[in-house]
Amino acid sequence: MSTARHTKPPRVGDAPIFRRLLIAIVLILVVLVVVAPLAVIGVQAVSKGIGYFARTIAQPDTRHAILLTVATALIAVPINIAFGVAAAWAITKYDFRGRRLLLIVIEIPFSISPIVAGVCYLFVYGLQGLFGEMLQSADIKILFALPGIVLASMFVTAPFVARELIPLMQAQGRDLEEAATSLGASGWRTFFSVTLPNIKWALLYGVVLCNSRVMGEFGAVSVVSGNIRGQTNTLPLHIELLYHDYNAVGAFAAASILALLAVVTLIAKVALERRGAGRVSRPSLAAPQPALEKIP
Amino acid sequence: MKIRLDNIVKTFETFRAVRDVSLEIGSGELVALLGPSGSGKTTILRMVAGLEFPDSGDIFFGDENATEIPVRHRGVGFVFQHYALFPHMTVGENIAFGMKVSKTRRSPTDIAARVADLLRLVQLDGLRDRFPGQISGGQRQRVALARALAVDPKVLLLDEPFGALDANVRRDLRRWLRQIHAELGITTLFVTHDQEEALDLADRVVILDKGRIVQQGTSEEVCRQPENAFVMNFLGDTNRLSAVVKDERAEVLDAVYAAPGLPDGPADLMFRPADVAWSEQGPGLAANVVRVIDRPDSRRVLAVTANGQNIEFDASPEFPAAVGSRGFLEIRRPRLFSTTA
Amino acid sequence: MARRILPGFHLSLGITLVYVAIIVVLPLGALIFKAASLGPEDYWRIVSSDRAVASYRVTALCALAATVFNLVFGLALAWVLVRYRFPGRRIVDALVDLPFALPTAVAGIALTTLFASNGWFGAPLAALGIKVAYTPLGIMIAMAFTSLPFIVRTVQPVLEELDPALEEAGQSLGGSDWAIFFRVILPLLTPALLAGLSLSFARSLGEFGAVIFIAGNQPFETEITALLTFIRLEEYDYPSSAAIATVLLMAAFVMLAVTNLLQARALRYTVKG
Repeated sequence: MSTARHTKPPRVGDAPIFRRLLIAIVLILVVLVVVAPLAVIGVQAVSKGIGYFARTIAQPDTRHAILLTVATALIAVPINIAFGVAAAWAITKYDFRGRRLLLIVIEIPFSISPIVAGVCYLFVYGLQGLFGEMLQSADIKILFALPGIVLASMFVTAPFVARELIPLMQAQGRDLEEAATSLGASGWRTFFSVTLPNIKWALLYGVVLCNSRVMGEFGAVSVVSGNIRGQTNTLPLHIELLYHDYNAVGAFAAASILALLAVVTLIAKVALERRGAGRVSRPSLAAPQPALEKIP
Repeated sequence: MKIRLDNIVKTFETFRAVRDVSLEIGSGELVALLGPSGSGKTTILRMVAGLEFPDSGDIFFGDENATEIPVRHRGVGFVFQHYALFPHMTVGENIAFGMKVSKTRRSPTDIAARVADLLRLVQLDGLRDRFPGQISGGQRQRVALARALAVDPKVLLLDEPFGALDANVRRDLRRWLRQIHAELGITTLFVTHDQEEALDLADRVVILDKGRIVQQGTSEEVCRQPENAFVMNFLGDTNRLSAVVKDERAEVLDAVYAAPGLPDGPADLMFRPADVAWSEQGPGLAANVVRVIDRPDSRRVLAVTANGQNIEFDASPEFPAAVGSRGFLEIRRPRLFSTTA
Repeated sequence: MARRILPGFHLSLGITLVYVAIIVVLPLGALIFKAASLGPEDYWRIVSSDRAVASYRVTALCALAATVFNLVFGLALAWVLVRYRFPGRRIVDALVDLPFALPTAVAGIALTTLFASNGWFGAPLAALGIKVAYTPLGIMIAMAFTSLPFIVRTVQPVLEELDPALEEAGQSLGGSDWAIFFRVILPLLTPALLAGLSLSFARSLGEFGAVIFIAGNQPFETEITALLTFIRLEEYDYPSSAAIATVLLMAAFVMLAVTNLLQARALRYTVKG
């Protein structure tokens, strides 16, 4: 008769020593690489006491930066949602020539350095740019003001919502929408009653990511905002300003707000992933989708 | 290599997959584990392979207790239901895999020669450099077998080997597997839910239901002498009529059959569609024809008895009776199984 | 002319095209136009200037080093998250996305403070004679931090979907753990791994916010190309800025093409054998 039983034969990599060693190494690295930065933000932010922290946040410049950041998000994110939904609908519900090209173009901002994004906008709306003189003579300020910041942010985050929706809607197919249409539903009705319920978690996921990136965008906004303290500094720019002013603690105090936002974003991400969002993302949208060869 | 299973039990969470199974397989035998899904047959196969461990009981390879030996040292050749061919390797590389990773060093020329031999054995010469994605299901299955044979296994284990294939391909592969087994003589255990396959291929058929062996024997034995209602019902088409046994006589409607050894009480009278004779006058059970289905070489007649029980029987293509006509069914070779709890 | 079954084609495509044209294509076009209007000689002079070339070297090498580090760490992390159960696994899984969610400037000052010579990590390293802040090593760490999620998240799903029967087959054929890992598992992960690496590399090439705080930004030593672009802007040298920006742009396009190609190649292996 045999003695103790294992429950399941070990798979590759399950040898106890190796497994524990690998887990330990990985966990240590995670703490060093990911947790430590988060921790240092918190520690530094309150290192001169809560009073200092509160005063930094309450400063008019900081408050203005926060407001500017929030305003940018309030404008840029909804527009991006509308775009993302429209693009996903157009791409997944119809066949047309140039579809793949459109996919590639939508994905481009994802790979481009934010500085390049900012520079591009400079050359459209700046004095050196295509519309520069026109705008100046009409006395419309785009760059070095909220509109420029919003536009540059939209460029950088353009793919975010579409990226979450397109693979999912492609996998879901058109059957439900075609059924609804055959029953007489209008386009809007079909969208709201049939499509939206199926994509709501993925949509929310994309919105959360988009918002997080808009509020945290640094490189592109650096170029287009003009960096005018108290007027055109978003929160990330204000953080840089404080830091370069040798007010590291103040910078961390402001940074902690964004760090908190990042943590909230992560929690929202996890909650939405539980509901099935974010699972179908792929590195590149335009590459052909793998054939779902399900074995019977 | 003889295989012996002693009182094997396996439970998954709350599901009792295998309940106290003991089995002996002689060296060189080709044995089928046959049963419906959930009968535990695949679990038993995987335990013999070492891909699962039994909760209790022992598995012997020859005289050696192999229960605790990990799969990679058991020397089994396992052919997976969906082939599990390495998609990034060619057919030749798949077959050579076991030889390349084995502790005994073989020279590349040896390995290549053996791969060529195996390809010839499974009749896939010329496909050595193809990828699994480029060949048909039947061909993949043969590659999977060649790969398993390449490591000179003591025991060959096949998990529903032909399940995913067309009926015609299945028949051809069955014939071919029998040939290979005759040629190589390796102890072989395979799992299937297809009775035709089991009866056709196996030296011995082991029938499982809900984790227990309900009968084992040669194809002839399980077909001609089913030991219980489950086996009779599982193998081939069966008719069933309710009967009542009293004093070793079973009463079915207006007919009486001998029931030696059966206890008093309710019983099932079971018989095959081919063992029924229809006559206009009797003797037999009174029944009405409900439907006549034409088949290529016979007619299947559906009839209903006086008390509403359905019977199907096979008749010649010239069967005369039309729907609605009355007649009498004489049952030859009836089998009686007690259903008293 | 095909009739569309579902309504809303013109509206949705219209919105999409207008948005893409105004927000994406127009600015990119403006940049390319500006750079093109320099003329070939001036353009070449600027993009091949010593300082620019030095910045390409610094950026590319640091990105490469960061990517290699992430290859090992990211693979190990994905493996541990998919194959093992341990307390806190869900939290670690969520934390992997932190570099993606955290604003780059915030990451930048945090990493700088950590690795400065009086920082939590900088101090012990300095005792060992290793200087991180204001050196290319710092750039590499900032790049590794921001692109870590890309590799983990591209490998994870493939690892999760890996057919267990393939491993069992390898075991039944007598393969040791290492043999099965290197001959079966790793080759099947490689396409996804490469796609993740190319995404990670592309991201690192363009990374700005996280890098400029820790880099020190010494021309020729620790100046990345993105920063050089920015500096030229501050100097009102718009032509130079445009030219160098197009170098980054072209690199991004190349990486985009590479990622697409690698992903298409990955499909060779998705047919289960």
